[in-house]
Amino acid sequence: MKNEFLELQELIKIFGSGKDTVTAVNRVSLKVKEGELVTLLGPSGCGKTTILRMISGFELPTSGKIFIDQEDITTTPPNKRPTAMVFQNYALFPHMTVAQNIIYGLKIRGMPHHLATEKAEQVMKLVSLEKLGNRSPSQLSGGQQQRVSLARSLIMEPKVLLMDEPLSNLDAKLRITMRMEIRKLQQRVGITSIYVTHDQAEAMSLSDRVVILKDGKIQQIGTPQEIYAYPNNRFVADFIGKANFLETFIERVISEKEVVINLSGQKILIPQVKHSFNKDDRAILVLRPESIGLEKKKPDSISGTIQEMVYLGNQLTYLVDIGRRLITVEISNPQECELFQKGEEVSIKLPQRSLHLLPWEEE
Amino acid sequence: MNNIKNRQVKEIIAQLKIIWKEPLLFFLILIIFYFLITFIVYPIFQVIKNSMYIRGQWDFSNYIAIFSKRYFIQPLINSIVLGIYTATIGTIAGFIFAYALTRTPLPFKKFFRLTATFPIISPPFVVALAAILLFGRAGSLTPWLRSIIGNYSIYGLGGLVLVETIAYSPTAFLVLYGVLQAIDPSLEEASMDLGASWSKVFSTITLPLATPGIASAWLLVFIQSMADFGNPMVISGNFRVLSVQAYLQITGMYDLPRGSTLAMLLLLPTATAFFLQRYWVSRKSYITVTGKPTGATIKNLNWYIKLPVYGACIIYAGMVFLFYGTIVYGSFQTLWGVNPTFTLKNYVEMFEVGKKYLYDSVFLSSIATPITGIVGMFISYLIIRKKFIGRSLMEFISMLTFAVPGTVVGIGYILAFNQKSALMPVILTGTAWIIIMLLIFRDMPVGIRSGIAALQQIDPTIEEASTDLGADSNTTFRKITLPMIAPAFFSGLAFGFVKAMTAISAVIFVVSGRWNLITIAILGFVDNTQYARAAAMSIILIIIILIALGIIQLLVNRVGKGVRLTTIIE
Repeated sequence: MKNEFLELQELIKIFGSGKDTVTAVNRVSLKVKEGELVTLLGPSGCGKTTILRMISGFELPTSGKIFIDQEDITTTPPNKRPTAMVFQNYALFPHMTVAQNIIYGLKIRGMPHHLATEKAEQVMKLVSLEKLGNRSPSQLSGGQQQRVSLARSLIMEPKVLLMDEPLSNLDAKLRITMRMEIRKLQQRVGITSIYVTHDQAEAMSLSDRVVILKDGKIQQIGTPQEIYAYPNNRFVADFIGKANFLETFIERVISEKEVVINLSGQKILIPQVKHSFNKDDRAILVLRPESIGLEKKKPDSISGTIQEMVYLGNQLTYLVDIGRRLITVEISNPQECELFQKGEEVSIKLPQRSLHLLPWEEE
Repeated sequence: MNNIKNRQVKEIIAQLKIIWKEPLLFFLILIIFYFLITFIVYPIFQVIKNSMYIRGQWDFSNYIAIFSKRYFIQPLINSIVLGIYTATIGTIAGFIFAYALTRTPLPFKKFFRLTATFPIISPPFVVALAAILLFGRAGSLTPWLRSIIGNYSIYGLGGLVLVETIAYSPTAFLVLYGVLQAIDPSLEEASMDLGASWSKVFSTITLPLATPGIASAWLLVFIQSMADFGNPMVISGNFRVLSVQAYLQITGMYDLPRGSTLAMLLLLPTATAFFLQRYWVSRKSYITVTGKPTGATIKNLNWYIKLPVYGACIIYAGMVFLFYGTIVYGSFQTLWGVNPTFTLKNYVEMFEVGKKYLYDSVFLSSIATPITGIVGMFISYLIIRKKFIGRSLMEFISMLTFAVPGTVVGIGYILAFNQKSALMPVILTGTAWIIIMLLIFRDMPVGIRSGIAALQQIDPTIEEASTDLGADSNTTFRKITLPMIAPAFFSGLAFGFVKAMTAISAVIFVVSGRWNLITIAILGFVDNTQYARAAAMSIILIIIILIALGIIQLLVNRVGKGVRLTTIIE
């Protein structure tokens, strides 16, 4: 397995000219391993689709380089690149049947018809499209169209498969099924893939690694677990899942990995520090709502008042006023827990392992 | 079977009941039908009748005579040959232009777009006039061209194809521009992504998807070319075409039956082409026009594609400039080809001689245009939003004028309205009314079509919401529907005015000493080889049209819909 199968080096893309310029992609560098599925995740306008279009060749970077398998393809025209794209709207050719759509690329490559058809049958089996070869795309359901689009790309055996929000036109239930199918297929075929989405659940469930983007800049690259547990900054913490942010400062630095913070007079040991801090630095403590527990008010603890509670069956959400701040607490399986009423005073039970500290940044 | 019949009867009764509840609506529908039948169906019927019903009995001798003699059949062949040439070259030119504007990073797109559509707002025969000034016997480019291709005459098939291509390729351009813009760019990207080169993308994706559009464009230009009267009148020479021959038979020989028969021969191919386009080609289309403009500019296009495409656009735009520039230049010359001294004499004389024509044209067009717009909008509203018996018949009749050449309509009008009839108890011939009615019913289909298109895009629930909030159907129409279709209304208005001011093929039959039009005056000057004066008059006509379009644009701005003039023309 090659470690730098797809490499983006300092990609910059500036749209427009004169006064109306937009920097859509700002110094993006990324290395993708062979067989890896990497998701580009971010809010709309973060530049993720532009990056995908630069890899596929439909946009040329303003500066920077793109390598696939050691080969510089930065300025190679799209039709000469070893990439295949699954389009957001599928882009199925309406004047061709399903089978014609699928073998289109092979025919362009000059493969004899019978070989292409043979191969198409295998691929159609792979994506469960048998017997639909003679249909026209307009006669298919959304999910089936999606599969045709996938098959049309897979049959090319591209070095890199690109997917541009491929599930965004499907309904919620189908999206989850297709999500799992795509992941299984990608692992079975072992194809290096770049997947663009704005849906964090999709990114978390599909990816080997996730790239979080904002305003054209990479905010964090990491496995789904890393990104959730140790977000790089406030934006990432807030974008992936829910988070409470509490102001604090560093009481004592024990080692590079361990510090003690002072949270409203309480001294708390943070065992896994990902940034470097000095004594008396201001910092932000990131608390995931589901990591916090509540108990009856005790002395010498962080305490607050229940302001709101929402019962969801599998989960109970409290809004707790801890003086100057409201924090969200989520209790799963509430039947097993002590319940608190609105207005009741409670103490906050902080978790041991899922405490995460960020350098201070203004809100 | 019986059940189905019963249900149909019930439905009809239910529809009748609805009509009964809205007597005003019912009354209006009846009035509209009366006008449609009197001013569209009846004249065409008169042409048919006159060509085959002679001295009180059915008689096909006119047809037999025409088909038995080479001399008589020649104009039919000529017209079709001309139509095929013009449609083919015009469609190719329109396609290249549309492709350049939608798919390539051609600079100055707005400029090229305006140039490509400009011939639409000028009277078509102005191009023929320019061709004579440039390439005619005393043409300024004639010696140069003679030195290249030897002796030639601009009068004839070659000249006609040249001028009609310039006059009518804008039609093809507009159709194909819409089609190419509606093709989802991701289809072409997908193809390229799968390894297709530019030529493969073009031949396997772009062209097949545009084929129905290309067929549409071809048929529409074919119809326009066959129906053209102004250009052949000026420049056809010995190349006899049907529209001119029918006119000459009637005004020169006073042979109405023979003229009607020639008009029928003209009607058959154009009507066939129209229905082919309307009911067959348009159904083949893969493209659903969503109104969402997409641009798929191909970024790294090779020079060997750019060069010929850009070259073709520049040459074409250059031709348009050359032709219209020649008209401007010619209008300031003392005597074209003989005395090129700068003079304003032509404009001064033109105002003396042409004042009355100009006044009549503006006056009659100004009466006809608003009526065209309002009635057209109302009919489209009826067709889309109301259910009544005869609705599809109403749509069919109101579209019929698209298929019928002006020459046929003109002949129909003189046959129908130079005598009293049950439908029209007064003689209209010689009055202003016959011209006004002709202009209204010639130009209304465009207004109806754009009205229908606009209404189809408006979600009926918006109107239902208004009704739900307590508005009656009258208030809903005024407060909700009307403002939303206002852009379509104004574009219909603009188009109607342009058409009325530049009309010639039909109106030439119904003008009189009392009421005449500027286009016909210009044609007269050309006939008398007073080219400079004709050029000056054409310039004035174009300026008036531009001013009128400006006024309509101002009105649109007041409504606040932000529709641009360029889109109005389309």
